[in-house]
Amino acid sequence: MDLSVNHQALAYLVSAILFILGLKGLTHPATARRGNVYGMLGMLIAVSATLMSREVQSYGFIIAGVAAGAVIGGILAVRIQMTAMPQLVAALHSFVGMAAVLVGIGTFLHHRSLDLLNPVLMGEISAGVVIGAITFTGSVIAFGKLQGLLSGAPVKFTGQHLLNALIGLATIALAVHFAMTGNLLSLVAMTLLALLIGVTLIIPIGGADMPVIISMLNSYSGWAAAATGFTLHNNLLIIVGALVGCSGAILSYIMCKAMNRSILNVVFGGFGSESGGGESAGAQAAERGVKSASVEDAVYWMEDAGKVIIVPGYGMAVAQAQHALKELMELLQARDVEVKFAIHPVAGRMPGHMNVLLAEADIPYDNVLEMDEINPEFPGTDVVLVVGANDVVNPAAKEDSSSPIYGMPILEAGRARQVYFLKRSMRPGYSGVDNLLFYQENTSLVFGDAKDTIEGMNAALKGGGH
Amino acid sequence: MSEALDPSIVALYVFVLACFIGYWVVWGVTPSLHTPLVALTNAISGIVLVGALLVAGDPNAGILVQIFGFLAVLLASINVFGGFLVTHRMLSMFKKKK
Repeated sequence: MDLSVNHQALAYLVSAILFILGLKGLTHPATARRGNVYGMLGMLIAVSATLMSREVQSYGFIIAGVAAGAVIGGILAVRIQMTAMPQLVAALHSFVGMAAVLVGIGTFLHHRSLDLLNPVLMGEISAGVVIGAITFTGSVIAFGKLQGLLSGAPVKFTGQHLLNALIGLATIALAVHFAMTGNLLSLVAMTLLALLIGVTLIIPIGGADMPVIISMLNSYSGWAAAATGFTLHNNLLIIVGALVGCSGAILSYIMCKAMNRSILNVVFGGFGSESGGGESAGAQAAERGVKSASVEDAVYWMEDAGKVIIVPGYGMAVAQAQHALKELMELLQARDVEVKFAIHPVAGRMPGHMNVLLAEADIPYDNVLEMDEINPEFPGTDVVLVVGANDVVNPAAKEDSSSPIYGMPILEAGRARQVYFLKRSMRPGYSGVDNLLFYQENTSLVFGDAKDTIEGMNAALKGGGH
Repeated sequence: MSEALDPSIVALYVFVLACFIGYWVVWGVTPSLHTPLVALTNAISGIVLVGALLVAGDPNAGILVQIFGFLAVLLASINVFGGFLVTHRMLSMFKKKK
């Protein structure tokens, strides 16, 4: 077909505006779905305008690729469990990265056959290929860690930073050589080294920092798209890449700030070792002066409470306890207890992870509050129920200047009248830091699987009890 | 005749201005929708599909280039379809109090 370059550019402009409005829609849950529809429309217009352009003349491969992609993407989107959302996102990021690599190398081969190469173009190709390759392997490693195929513990060895710096310099040298000469071998070697950087960049980052990794890779996938846009002189790719790159960068910043750490500290820090305890949880708890409580104790305090705040963490996701929590919320509400949920920005394995899980369980979003909104409410709260969270309520972050998590903003759960921790064991949180809240006068630990414990509470509340 | 502006400079203009728009728009996103934000940006970064179409769609480019293009189209399409659908699925779950 034969859409003129100018008409195509106008269509791309409309599409870019729709993408911007789409992101803007996420300002509020009420407008968010419309935002997603704007995004889809933007994509439809962009793809149609491209298909109608003079440059696209053969459709066989395209139809096959889009059809297969639609089927695979559709199945993934429909089947994925909400708890596994971080893995899906990591996988999708890797696809963007690989696609950027393929487009970059494909463009090079094509232009070489037409004798249209020049240093600027090849420099742009290098940027797209390098960023794409880092995004690809980085996301694959992140996927492996999230899926449990790789250990979540940081992999560190001496000379790691020096090695990374050397690989980085070698990659840049190869990119410059490639841009000047158009040498295919340099391109291949550069791509391989960039793939290696993706691995070495992500393996030293611990499991606790997953929200930052996901945000960072989100950002990289955007920059990869933008670099591809420079290669193809395609303004739409540049605009969208910049939007996505910024979005990921802002999320990374928010996540780092919520942990009171700098992005450099996260990338080079290696936080989050995993340690196990041999003794039974109850015995360890008694030894260290921690009170444990039964389900009935907790129910006794909750059923007559004026207000209960529930603090969910990654443990809730692991135990799939969100549906049981919804029932608990309703049972308590039926007894005129006010129930709210408090979310720390880095709870879970990706930004906003807890909110999605609670929404999945049909918990209305007006009952779910962010850290800054809910913190003033803890002193007037009768019972706080901490479900699979740990570091985000640890007062050591405020009181113990020697603690690794010192300075991190926390949910001030300890200021409520009673705190019940649902815990599987005495193991510390991902940061490996002991939780001072356990030893506080008003805190008790309820040991067991979070879902079983909450279902036990629900049964006790339904039983009528007192 | 006046000197022509290098297209790469124009591209740089577009890039920098788009970064500013992205910065302001994304700061407005509510934290409770950060997961859908990641999923939606994921879907729209499937815009590399446009680049993939250009590589896959030239019949004179040679079979190797077309295969590269095909794979890129496939991966980018998974992103586009998977990303928008899963975002839709998530957003339909966010409900107000009855």
